[in-house]
Amino acid sequence: MQFAPHTDDDIRGMLEACGLASVDELYADVPAAVRLERDLSIPQGLSEMELVAEMRRLAGRNRNLDDVVSIAGGGAYDHYDPSVGWALAGRSEIYTSYTPYQPELSQGVLQALFEYQSMICELTGLDVSNASLYDGPTALVEAVNMARSATRRDRVLVSQGLDRRYLHTLESYGRGSGYRIDTAPLSGGVTSVAEVGEDIAALVVQHPSFWGNLEPISELFDSAHRAGARAIHVFDPLSLGVLRPPADVGADIAVAEGQVLGNHLNYGGPYLGVIAARSQDVRRMPGRIVGETTDVEGRPGYVLTLQAREQHIRREKAASNICTNQTLMAVAATVYMSWLGPDGLAEVGSQCLAKATYAAERLGSLSCAELVWPDADCFKEFAVRPGRAPRDVQRGLFEAGFLVGPIADAESLLVAVTERRTREEIDRFVKAFEEAAS
Amino acid sequence: MSGVGAPVRTTGPPVPATLREVSRRGRRAWSLPEMDVPPVEVPHEHRREGRVGLPEVSERDLVRHFTRLAQINFGIDTGFYPLGSCSMKYNPKVAETVAALPGFQRLHPHQPEETVQGALEMLWRLERALCEITGMHRATLQPPAGASGELTGLLIMRAFHEKQGSPRAKVLIPDSAHGTNPASVTLAGYRAVQVPSDSRGLVDLGRLEKVVDDDVAGLMLTNPNTLGLFEEEIQAVAAAMHRVGALLYYDGANLNAVLGRVRPGDMGFDIVHMNTHKTFATPHGGGGPGAGPVGVTERLEPFLPAPVVGFDPEGQRYFWDSDRPDSIGRVHGFGGNFGVLVRAYAYVFGHGRDGLREVGERAVLNANYLATRVKDAYPLAYPGRPMHEFVATAKRFRSHGVRAMDIAKRLIDLGFHPPTVYFPLVVEEALMVEPTETESMETLDAFAEALLQVAREAETDPEPLHEAPTTTPVRRLDEAKAARELKLHW
Ligand SMILES: Cc1ncc(COP(=O)(O)O)c(C=O)c1O
Repeated sequence: MQFAPHTDDDIRGMLEACGLASVDELYADVPAAVRLERDLSIPQGLSEMELVAEMRRLAGRNRNLDDVVSIAGGGAYDHYDPSVGWALAGRSEIYTSYTPYQPELSQGVLQALFEYQSMICELTGLDVSNASLYDGPTALVEAVNMARSATRRDRVLVSQGLDRRYLHTLESYGRGSGYRIDTAPLSGGVTSVAEVGEDIAALVVQHPSFWGNLEPISELFDSAHRAGARAIHVFDPLSLGVLRPPADVGADIAVAEGQVLGNHLNYGGPYLGVIAARSQDVRRMPGRIVGETTDVEGRPGYVLTLQAREQHIRREKAASNICTNQTLMAVAATVYMSWLGPDGLAEVGSQCLAKATYAAERLGSLSCAELVWPDADCFKEFAVRPGRAPRDVQRGLFEAGFLVGPIADAESLLVAVTERRTREEIDRFVKAFEEAAS
Repeated sequence: MSGVGAPVRTTGPPVPATLREVSRRGRRAWSLPEMDVPPVEVPHEHRREGRVGLPEVSERDLVRHFTRLAQINFGIDTGFYPLGSCSMKYNPKVAETVAALPGFQRLHPHQPEETVQGALEMLWRLERALCEITGMHRATLQPPAGASGELTGLLIMRAFHEKQGSPRAKVLIPDSAHGTNPASVTLAGYRAVQVPSDSRGLVDLGRLEKVVDDDVAGLMLTNPNTLGLFEEEIQAVAAAMHRVGALLYYDGANLNAVLGRVRPGDMGFDIVHMNTHKTFATPHGGGGPGAGPVGVTERLEPFLPAPVVGFDPEGQRYFWDSDRPDSIGRVHGFGGNFGVLVRAYAYVFGHGRDGLREVGERAVLNANYLATRVKDAYPLAYPGRPMHEFVATAKRFRSHGVRAMDIAKRLIDLGFHPPTVYFPLVVEEALMVEPTETESMETLDAFAEALLQVAREAETDPEPLHEAPTTTPVRRLDEAKAARELKLHW
């Protein structure tokens, strides 16, 4: 493969125009000692046909969700993404463009992002959304930094119901930023906080939690507010057709993994970091934000705005270092949310809830399985304790055609049921579970 | 003469109404199977009241709307996009085809390792290739963009120094550095200290040596630097840093220039990030996604984010290696932007060793050719030979009331995406031009003619420059108003 269009004549002519005799002379400023005087040890290039064959070989060594039925969750879900989503987000005028630094040439992406921000505000009830972050866990890191800057406090209280990948990401970044993380324990599967300390910058609660449970979120956030802390809600965008939105339950900042909004599973990325907040924190928001304005003729148009927060202006004092984000995933999410509309969103939520509840009841009635939190309410996910090691059960189920997980702890695994699953699939899954777990 | 009498109006198509304006109660695009299990009520205290204010549109509405939005957006597939520092080269279609294979796209991140051996093999082989290209020992593929790679690299730097006894306090950056560098330095818990450039636009070695002490954790550098010039004294710079035990960080935004010719590791760099969305042509998606793999030398390997991909040669199997006690931990929710890495893999192995070297050579050739064609009208900010991009200054047009931004906007009317303007900050009225290797001599000639025409207009009749653009859906937008009268949603 080679995409450079130069003919030999072009190269000769261009070198001549530059007053050079050879391509090597282009690198005359490179000291001899640092030149690579050998070929890279990488195979020679491939024709497109050979490359496709190689990629098919690699892809063929994986079993994918067209081969097995996914009952898996833990932050990535097999929801249905309609054809229209990527047919539109996949338009090459959009996907081959860079960040909209020249707004007159980028109204398409800018308007799509403005609509994305609008829809995230509609979903969450909050005042402001940015144009995307990398993924759910890194969005949480940014939210915590916002809370620290707002409260000038350096401790974060994190519910034990938070997905550990979020916690681990928070810990990694904390090595540089120097915040301290405390955890609020679970009791009966939900977070219990007697009192939030006066030195806490933020209380972080995932609702529905990693375990799938609905949290007493309003009460938790009330205690955060009493202590002057920011309330950070890690939410599931597809739950918001049926569950109370972050603004209603008292969240100041809401973050989410936006993969569920019409994005492919892609073995973990690219996903979509969603963040929204109240207007009190608008100047603490990280990353790109699109605003509406007018042009010199008074016509409406869109630009990147509030750039004084950002790294290219504020440099070492910037609210965040983010530059490249996940715009394309936000565009796909915008198409998907528009496809659903209010009724589709509510229907997806209702189906997830009903199907997960059905699966939980069926699994809970097996003698070889036990629901970990039988009294908790769930949305689309719950934890189950099989009679055998979770890893073996997961493997056995995979062989039987079902992906379940992740492994939640030494004894249990998560089960997630989306609108995509049918009753017949759930029944077959329960049967296979019985065989794998006993 | 334009603009006499009648006011200038845009001739471009207008931006469409938002979907909210198109929305009609009761219209819909969605369809789902009938619910086949008993319905369940949401407990009262958790139940959402009222409908969410999402648009209600038909699928045809949706298609027309986003098709229109695509049509008023400029991508590489639309035309020449010489946006400096961004390596806006052609994005091969085959990369899209292979990334869409269900065997990549329909993989769940929590699948057992034995069911994703092809994915892990791909990541392993990509890591090996990236290490070979950069002269590093091992790499993490987790960081989802360049800035994230920077922070990852700086956290590795911090962990390394901590292990030696003290994290140290300062990180040096050149005054021409990209904004993400100082921002990442702060997030890594360090103080950014600027090092000035000398009269050649290179790191001022004398001044550097004065600020280097054993409280310096490292230096961040691109090479070629953000002025498009090769830091000739790189070995001396590296020696100055290593003498005090500090590390050298390579911002790989400009790696395209030196592919197959020079490796950061051989220049003395200890940590390297790459931007796959620049060098390896993964589409930037209008702002992202990207991927920012970070390579390190052997002594830094223990600090890499966990997990990394492992290979067991005996069992011939790949696995996630999480047992890494000195690791800085996880920097992404899962294993990084896998779908982007698939495209980078296709690019690297599709080109192969000769192909990659040619990519770099032709990128440098194109930039030199274009610079030669326009440098009389747009003098280079510094005298050295440019590599894959050049930074010119438009300051001589200031006396005619013309700014770099006016030139950029006029180029739009002539059918081109403008170069990067006002970066790097050390150059007045900067125009940073990066043509990339995938443009033909004819395109470069046409762009050079356009630039020369604009220069002539700037001196004789600057009006079209001030009015520009006039061929776009909107003309110049009021950014001050946008920031003052915040309207961030409908
Ligand atoms: C020199 C340089 N460094 C770092 C970055 C940041 O990379 P990213 O946008 O992938 O986060 C850029 C991107 O424009 C750059 O040009």
